[in-house]
Amino acid sequence: MYDYQAGIQDWMGAGLPTEGTNAQHPRLADVARRDVPVCSLGERLGDVRDRTVAAGWDACVVVSPERVVLGLLRARELNADPSLPVERAMRPGPSTYRPSVSVAEMRRIMADRDLDSSPVTTSDGRLVGLVRKRDIA
Amino acid sequence: MAQVIDRETVRRLMQQGAQIVDVLPAKEYGEDHLPGAINLPLRKIESETCQDLDRVRPIVVYCADSA
Repeated sequence: MYDYQAGIQDWMGAGLPTEGTNAQHPRLADVARRDVPVCSLGERLGDVRDRTVAAGWDACVVVSPERVVLGLLRARELNADPSLPVERAMRPGPSTYRPSVSVAEMRRIMADRDLDSSPVTTSDGRLVGLVRKRDIA
Repeated sequence: MAQVIDRETVRRLMQQGAQIVDVLPAKEYGEDHLPGAINLPLRKIESETCQDLDRVRPIVVYCADSA
């Protein structure tokens, strides 16, 4: 006999599939962009901006080596002094959302808080992807 | 005493044919449950309701979270 003590919240928080009536409604796990550019704290901002723009993005997520979200670089931050290290330019500790959150609820959150994008993470803070307002409008 | 396991172990046991048992109330089970899980609400677990479980195969039980 085994006890999956962390339960279904842990399962859904990792973006794993479930069955049931709620499973039919789209969630952030289905729409989060997993190809969002990432960078580390010590990188030079200018290098990250060049790489981000070349990839066709206007945002980059700052992560630890374990892919835990540390900060966010949106257009405003990316256009700061290019000689700065990412750690000094980034927006630290952004609000994050679980893969199990419904797209409908995220639309409401983004409208209420005037968000263009937000990182989607597992319950232990690891990046799953970036949800953008334009992708769930 | 049941052995506490993590998510990756659950996935491995699922692939090996373990029986997954959701002990949440039926309403919550109906909304979301792990793929292939059966529902045995905690309040209704007794010898009769557990008769359908195969005692040879591993059994994994879960609820909402660790709280």
